[in-house]
This record gives sequence, structure tokens and C-alpha cells, in this order.
Amino acid sequence: MSTGSASNPLASGVDDHHNHKPNGFFARWVFTTNHKDIGSLYLLFSFAMFLTGGAMAMVIRAELFQPGLQLVEPNFFNQMTTVHGLIMVFGAVMPAFVGLANWMIPVMIGAPDMALPRMNNWSFWILPFAFSLMLMTLFMEGGGPNFGWTFYAPLSTKYSPDSTALFVFAVHLMGISSIMGAINVIVTIVNLRAPGMTMMKLPLFVWTWLITAFLLIAVMPVLAGAVTMVLTDKYFGTSFFDAAGGGDPVMFQHIFWFFGHPEVYIMILPSFGIISAIVPTFSRKPLFGYASMVYATASIAGLSFLVWAHHMFTTGMPVAAELFFMYCTMLISIPTGVKVFNWVATMWRGSLTFEVPMLFAIAFIVLFTIGGFSGLMLAITPVDFQYHDTYFVVAHFHYVLVSGAIFSIMAASYYWLPKWTGYMYDDYLAKWHFWCSLISVNVLFFPMHFLGLAGMPRRIPDYALQFANVNAVVSLGGFAFGLSQLIFLVVVIKCMRGKGERAAAKPWEGAEGLEWEMPSPAPYHTHTTPPEIK
Amino acid sequence: MSSTSSEQHSTEKTEAYYVPSQSIWPIVGAVGLFFMAFGAARWIGGGGDQYSWVLFLGSVIIIFMLFGWFGNVITESMSGMYSAQMDRSFRQGMSWFIFSEIMFFLAFFGALFYARTIAVPWLGGAGNNAMTHEVLWPQFQAHWPLISTPGGTTTTAMPWQGLPLANTVILLISSVTLHFAHINLERGLRTQVKLGLGLTVLLGCIFLFLQVEEYIHAYQEMGLTLSSGLYGNTFFLLTGFHGLHVTLGTIILFVLFCRVLKGHFTPAQHFGFQAGSWYWHFVDVVWLCLFVFVYIL
Repeated sequence: MSTGSASNPLASGVDDHHNHKPNGFFARWVFTTNHKDIGSLYLLFSFAMFLTGGAMAMVIRAELFQPGLQLVEPNFFNQMTTVHGLIMVFGAVMPAFVGLANWMIPVMIGAPDMALPRMNNWSFWILPFAFSLMLMTLFMEGGGPNFGWTFYAPLSTKYSPDSTALFVFAVHLMGISSIMGAINVIVTIVNLRAPGMTMMKLPLFVWTWLITAFLLIAVMPVLAGAVTMVLTDKYFGTSFFDAAGGGDPVMFQHIFWFFGHPEVYIMILPSFGIISAIVPTFSRKPLFGYASMVYATASIAGLSFLVWAHHMFTTGMPVAAELFFMYCTMLISIPTGVKVFNWVATMWRGSLTFEVPMLFAIAFIVLFTIGGFSGLMLAITPVDFQYHDTYFVVAHFHYVLVSGAIFSIMAASYYWLPKWTGYMYDDYLAKWHFWCSLISVNVLFFPMHFLGLAGMPRRIPDYALQFANVNAVVSLGGFAFGLSQLIFLVVVIKCMRGKGERAAAKPWEGAEGLEWEMPSPAPYHTHTTPPEIK
Repeated sequence: MSSTSSEQHSTEKTEAYYVPSQSIWPIVGAVGLFFMAFGAARWIGGGGDQYSWVLFLGSVIIIFMLFGWFGNVITESMSGMYSAQMDRSFRQGMSWFIFSEIMFFLAFFGALFYARTIAVPWLGGAGNNAMTHEVLWPQFQAHWPLISTPGGTTTTAMPWQGLPLANTVILLISSVTLHFAHINLERGLRTQVKLGLGLTVLLGCIFLFLQVEEYIHAYQEMGLTLSSGLYGNTFFLLTGFHGLHVTLGTIILFVLFCRVLKGHFTPAQHFGFQAGSWYWHFVDVVWLCLFVFVYIL
């Protein structure tokens, strides 16, 4: 700190000591401007939401354990599928990535904090309020959102419950939070890199987040526009999505998926960055094809704006549009293939060890690739006519989101928990967590492919008798997967409470990067003056 | 500790980046947004008029937060705590915020383009939609502006001559007066800055006044309302959201005017002024797009 600012009374609030934490719960956690505290808040919040959304998934799988209506009313079932999706997308996966970004990006690029620390805190604290609004709808008369997380009109307009306005404003708040978070990430990366940290020296996690943040700023406002039109259609007599007034329900799908498809990549690009950090560490080799990884990420982001209507092949678009969106979608498999190839090439002839982060990373590569292939199948227009709205789609996006995005978040947590808490995780429990998750996630989602191919529709609380046996297996896998995550809860709590081995500054032999050059746990303030980058 | 050793060998080429200490304003803002969202949603969603008070309470909290937060930032800035790097953070942050606003308007322009070029012609039987037309509304003829909807609602289209044209001229002049103020701020000529900025605020107010007149005219004499089919929907949501942005922009410029009176800005350092000016020019460009695509074409 310069002495000039120390004589200034206003500057006395600036912490000069690296480990000086504010006293008191509110001062520390509610008024905080510290990127590490805010990162921890995001991560804990997202874990709480993951368990909440997971509990709803358990309700869904319990209902589907046997054919016929068993446990819940169909309308409540619809609310569970809807809110499960909304919570997992906006409450679990996205905040987890923002939490990781908050914790790691300033540390990785040699910045003292995020660029706009107070706004950073605002971004986080909007979220608990937004999800309170969302969850309170479940207890209102008429129930909560029951129209699917995609809230297609007219389900969300003409036929939606009275609570829809709360859903709309909750989404608005989530959007405000995401946009401010994304602005912070971009400005931090562009403006706060330590001298010598050139763009092509950035860790890939930082690169993927830079591109993700751009996607967020580009599409979250479009989502805000979509929910606003739903609001006015339902409550103010407009007819954007009503043909009687000259509108078109299909127009809703166009606007929604113009947001929705980039959103899908928002939930996977940071995963690519995480895997690109972990695989080289435990292969003891530099990442294969760094520059091609950067270009591939940018290509995926660019293409994500040109493929939205592949979610809408059955709406009766002109054939030319269906072909355009089909070919653009298939193009995405090229940069994605580059990535998978590079990870495998990184491991090739590496000196591999299989610590828990690496186990999750390898599982990610294999299972995400399966999800990618089923995505390629769905991209083929005539084939999609059969798969559309079946459990095949459910299987596809759970492979990329659960064994993709969530597995990468687990991998990241195990990889950086020693840095965050200063303690190693319980290896025995962590291995149990991994193997239970790996087996149960496949028992849960792999048979769904066959259910879908055989014609079982998604989002319906009942099904034809021939699907009974497979659904029972799927439900058992679901319960097992849900229970397995409680092991993770125990592992995290043990680390946070300081039970376990002390972690070294660099607990992983092959790790590289600025975050391993500081003690574990990372001091409260790091890089208050920029480090030197060779 | 590695961090202390890094302090010793750093030769302070770069100024330390200012990281503020704890602040109450973010949580105040989050609570304010919660009350606004909850109040508005329950009010709109049929919970009763008492919820309008919750919305009002939330708005008051947000205004309180804005005063407090911007007050902190201005004090910090005036006492020289912000480096050139901080200034770049603000600039980039504001630019990305404006980009997000552009994308918000794009959703509504997208709806307008889709409806005009695809949805309405298809309802009239264009392309392979002959049966759609035949089965749903065989008497409907596709046309734009959509002054009679398939469902039978009729209205009249807003002509671009008259008030809209006057408003276009007003906004264009306001951009010039604001730029005049900006140039003179950089030259350090305060009287001209006050003149230019004051004129811009005045023009903004006149624009808003005429916009209200136009809405009254539309509702009372033309039968053009928010609920009169897709033409009314896109007309009122696009011009309405633009009007909200003009309102916000005018308030921003008014605050800047007060700050100029207090002598807050110097020729070298006036990011606050610049941000307000970017915002105003952005609002201006949106209007030009509106004028072309909503009124003229």
C-alpha cells in the first residue's frame, strides 16, 4: 500500500495485513468485498440449491418408480420437474461456476481482488432473495411454476398459475445477478492481469470463463425480454405468443432458445477449463494444444448463437431452416472433438496418478463424450422427430449436465479444497463418493436412452406398463446418486472444520499456476501487489 | 510468506488497486430488489393493492442505496483513491452494461421482426401455411401495421410525422448539446458545460412530455393500446422501455448537472460524466432504430 493513501482517513478501511479478516458474522459475510469470501458464499449457496433441487428429483423418481399415479398429484409433479430444472440451472450449476471464478480467477491471474468488489457482493446477495421468491410460489394457492423450466407459451401465459409473476421477477433478479457477475469477470480478466500475464499465458479456466462471461452478458438480457413478454401476455393483455392477436407461440421458443442454447454452453465451458487444469496436473505433462483449446472454446461460443432452433425441429419450420440449424449444430462437434482429443493427448504417455480430482475428470471426459454423441444424434433433424420430447432428450442433457458439468464441479472442489480450507479431503470417503456417483449416475441415466427410444415421453407422471422395469432401475439409480452426494457433504464439512491432514502449499506434485505458489489456505488477501510472471 | 517477499521486490510501477473494505450497500440493494420484485409480482398477480406499498418500499430502499453507494464512490474518487487502472475498470464495466442493454432491446426488436416477416404472413397463409390460414382465420389478410388482428381487434397505426418526428429531432439535438458539454468539459470551460448539459436535460424532459402526449393521443383518440394486437404490443413495449431509459438517462444527466455545479469534474478526470454521456448516446441510437423500424417502415 502506498503511504499516501494510508494517511487518508477513508483508506483506513483497506486491509494492510494479508490475513486480517473482519470481525463479526455480518461484517465478514454480508458486507464483504473479498473475492474469496464471496466465492465461498456462492459455492455454499449452490451446494444448498443442489441438495434442494436434488430432493425434488427424488420426488420425481419416487413417483416414477412404478406406473400409475403413486405419490403426488400430477400438478405437483409438474411443479417438481419445473422447479428442479430451474434450481439446478440457475441455482446450482451457474452459481457454482461463479463461485469458482470468484475464488480462482484473481488468484490465477495475479489480481488483488475482483475488479468491482462491492458489485461482486451485490451479485451474490441477490441470489438468495431470488430463490426465496421462486420457492415461495410452491406454497401459494394454485402452486408454483408447472410449465417446465423452458416455460413455453401458452403453458406459461394462458394456462399458468397465479404465481407466475413471482417466477418472472425471480428470473429477472437472477439475470441481474448473472449479468453483474459476468461484467465483473470480464473486467477482472481484461484489466487486472499481473504484468507479464499475457492473454495466451492465462490458465484455460480463466479463458473459458472470459468467453462464458461474454455469453452471459449477451443472452441473459434476452431471457429478461422473454419473461417480460410472458408477464405482459399473462397480465397486461398483449399477444406476443397468441396467434389471435397476430403473435405466435413458436416465437416464444425462438426467443427463449436464443437465450437457451448459449446458456447450455455457459454451463459447460467453465467445465472445460476445469478439466484442462486437472488433467495436465495428474498426467504431469503440459496441456496438449493450449492455443487450439482457446480457439475451440471461442468457436463453440460463436456457433452457440447459430443453433438455437435445433430445440424446435418439430415446430414446423421451413425445411431450409431445419437444414441450416442441423448443419450448424453438427459443426459444434468439431471444436468439441478438438477438446476431447487434446485431453486424451495430454494423458497419452503421461505419468498418470488417479487422485479423486483426476478420477472425476476422467469420468467427465468419458461421460461427457457419451452426452455429446447423443447430442449429435439429436442434431439430425429427421431422427430428432422421433426423439423429441422423449426420455432420450432427458438422458442426453443429464449426461452433459450431471456427469458433465456437476462432475467437473466435483473435480474442481476436490482439486482446490486443500487450497480453500488448508486441509486435505478425506481420501477414503472421497473415493467412496466418486465410485458411488459414477456407478449410480450411469444406472440412473443410461437406461433413459432406451426408454426414450422406445417412446416414453418426458415430464409425464405416469407411463405405459412396458416401461415399468426400466423405470424402477432408473429410480434406484437416482436414489443411490442422491444419497452419494451426502458423502460429499460430509467430506466438505470435514475439510471446513479442519478435520484431516494439513495441506501443503502445493498438494499436487504436477500442478502449475499462481494458486499453488501461496500457502494453503490461501491468505485472506493475495497479490495486493502484482506478482512477477516469467 | 510469499506475499510479503513479493511486496519487497515490487518497485511500484503500478499503483495499488483500490479494494474497498466492507460495504452495507450491496445487501441494502439486494433487500430493496427483493421488496420491489415481491411487491410488483404480488400486486400484478392479484394479491391486492396493498402490495403496491411493498413495491414502493423497495423503490425507496433502492433510491437510498443509490445515494449511499454513489456517495461512497464519489467521495473515494474525489480523494484520489482511484488509479488509472480503476478508471479502466469503470469504463469497461459501463461498456459491457450498455452491451447488455442492447441485447435486452434486441429481444423486443427480434419479436417485431419475427412477427412482421414470419408470424403474420404465415397466419395469412404464406409459405406452406395455407392450411393454417384456412383452418384458423380464413378471413384474415396479412398486412403491416397490423391494424386488424386475426381475432378481430382493430386499431390505427401511429404515423411517423408529427410528434414522433419532432421527438427524433429533439433527441438528435440533445446528443449534439451533450457532446458540446463534453468537449467544453475537456477544455475546462464550465459555463459552456452547464449550458450544454442543462439544455440536454431540458430536451430530455421535453421528449418525455411529448411521449406522454403521444400515448394519451394513442389511447384516447386512435384506439391504439397495449392490448390491441401485436402492433400495439411491440409499439408500446419498445417505445415504453425506451421511454424508461430516457427517464433514467435524464435523471443521470440531472445528477451530473448538479455535480458540475459542485465542481466535481476536471478536464482530465470525469468518468462519471462520460458514463452518463455514453448512456445518453446509446438511448439516442435505440430511438433512431425505433423511429425507422416501428414508425416509418
